Parts: sequence; structure tokens; C-alpha cells
Amino acid sequence: MTEQASNPEMLERARDLVAALEAGESERAEEVLASLTKMHETELFQQLGRLTRDFHEAMNKFRYDERVSTLAQEDIPDAKERLRYVIQRTDDAAHRTMNAVESSLPVCESLLAKSHELNALWTRFTQRELTPQQFRDLSKQLGMFLGEVQGDAETIKKHLTDVLMAQDFQDITGQIIGRVIGLVEEVEQSLVDLIKLGGKGLKPQQNTVDKGKEKETTSLDGPQIPGMESKGVVSGQDEVDDLLSSLGF
Amino acid sequence: MVNKDIKILIVDDFSTMRRIIKNLLRDLGFNNTAEADDGSTALPMLKAGGFDFLITDWNMPGMTGIELLKTVRADPDLKTLPVLMVTAEQKREQIIEAAQAGVNGYIVKPFTATTLKEKLDKIFERINAAG
Repeated sequence: MTEQASNPEMLERARDLVAALEAGESERAEEVLASLTKMHETELFQQLGRLTRDFHEAMNKFRYDERVSTLAQEDIPDAKERLRYVIQRTDDAAHRTMNAVESSLPVCESLLAKSHELNALWTRFTQRELTPQQFRDLSKQLGMFLGEVQGDAETIKKHLTDVLMAQDFQDITGQIIGRVIGLVEEVEQSLVDLIKLGGKGLKPQQNTVDKGKEKETTSLDGPQIPGMESKGVVSGQDEVDDLLSSLGF
Repeated sequence: MVNKDIKILIVDDFSTMRRIIKNLLRDLGFNNTAEADDGSTALPMLKAGGFDFLITDWNMPGMTGIELLKTVRADPDLKTLPVLMVTAEQKREQIIEAAQAGVNGYIVKPFTATTLKEKLDKIFERINAAG
């Protein structure tokens, strides 16, 4: 308590106290002692007040840190919407794939059955077991079958292309999930700061590393989520084409 | 007629998307393709020569598609290389930036096989017309 010892007012009072006691003025001594105690208490209260204020400020700083409030009020709800969209996209892709497979399987089964049938007839033909009339029927059936194969192959190809295109969900959802992971990392850092603040009275670290990362990821918008598009985005390929043709493309 | 033997470089950080584009191109008769996962991998491949067409994503770690486009346009050997951008970025200012950087076509994801064919046809049409 060097601060108190260097306090001239307190030293003055202490001398008064010694003088009063030596002079046997007990009433005055009591009075001086009381005023000394009061001074001491005031000092303690001031220190406590300062500590409280620092803590309050630190808490407020944390609470009103714009990034933290944006995280809570916008980014987290936004991330929930994005993740819901991921569920929707993966659901769509799974159904689109299964629809294409379900539409292709009967075509394949029918081709298989017909080719079995014709193969059996063709074997009989090569073994000279067919009558001229039966051969004429076989020839007619083969002609029809070749026409069907062409159409069926087209159908299967169309479905396979659909299966292929359905896989584009992985790119879109991958980009969205990547952004949500970035957000989770940022929330994690904020929580670590909060724990440091509460536990050790440390000031929250301005997470400079994350700020840089944030800039990097927010500079590009990435896939748009239906119903929550960013400002100034086009709604699809047609608008891209319109915009480009207005620029002379 | 479009020469189907041209060598096309597909640049995207998602291998699924590269495979989709590669398969669509194969379906259109373009069998001579190669892949890179970002601009910095693509650039040495392009500089090594032999590529006639570039299809690139925008948002990639390392070198982005727009940086790749700008680098290609600034390179005397590559500046005339046709570039088609296929990306989920759909901000007007970004599309304008790509146009100003000299992109030949811009497709937003998700896209259809028909869109890819249309854009490719249009680019080849213009190149042939320019002669």
C-alpha cells in the first residue's frame, strides 16, 4: 500500500492521531481514527469501482462488437437457411438420380427379354429349324427390334445424362458447406474470446487472422439460395445472357 | 464446322463438376480434354501449349478463375484463347467484370447440357465469323 503511505493527507491524519494519543486526547484520537478508516474505505471502493467499470466495458465491447452481433443476428440464421438448402439440393439430386434409374430399368429389362427371345429364334434359324414362314416372321421381328433398340438407347442415354447432371449438387452444396464451416470457425473463435474474458479478465482478441479469412470468403457470393439472394445478382442464365448482350456480347 | 479435335482445359476445384463438364463435352464430341483444380495449376498447363479452349470456374482456392482469365489475356501467347466461365457467381458486377476481362461466355451453375452446348456453339460461331 505504498500509494496510501505516499498520500500526504493520510500521513497528516496519522500524525494527528499520534499527537492526540500522546496528548491523551482520546476523544480527538477516536475522531481522527474514524476519518482515517473512512479514507481507506473510499480508496477500496474506488478501486473496486474501477475494476467493475473495466469489466463492464470489456463485456460491452464484446457484446457490441459488430461482428459478434452480426454473427448472432444474421449469419447464424443465414447459415441455417443455407444448410436447409443443402438438404433440399441433396434430396432433389437423390430423387432425380433414382427417377432416372427407375425409368431406365424397365427399358433395359424389356430389351433383355426381347433379345433373349430373338436370340433363341436366331439360333433355331442358324440350325435350319425354321420354316420359311417362321423366318419371315423372325425377319420382321428383327427389323422392329432394331428400331426399338435405337429408341431405347436414346432413352437410356437421356436418363444417364440426367444422372450425370444431378451430380452437380456436390459442387453447389460443397461451396455452401465450406462457407458454413468458415462461419462455425468464426463463432468458435468468438466463444474462445468470451471464455478468456470471463475466466481471466482478458480483453477479447480481435481475431485478425479470421478477419482476413472472412474478407476472402465474403468477397465472392457463391451459390445463391432461393428466397435469400444477395443484392445485385441475376436470377439465372437468361439474365446473364441479357446482361452480356447489353454489353455487346 | 467445329473441329471436335480441339484440346479443352477444364478448371474447377470440385472434381465432380470437372467430370460433369468432361462427360458433357464428350457427349458433344469433344474427347480431347484435360483437367486442373485451380488457376495456378492450370496456368503452367496452358503455357506449355496445345490448348484451344478454356472452361473455368470462378471461385477456387489459390488462383481464381477471374485471375486466370486476366493472366491469360495478358499473356501474348494465350491472349486469343477462348474462355468460357462456368460458375455459381451470379452478381451483375462480377459478370460485367468477367466481360470486361475478355471472357467469351458465362454460364451460371447449376446449368443444363443444352446451355453448355448453346454457349459453346455461340463462341465457335463468333470465332469462325471473325475468321
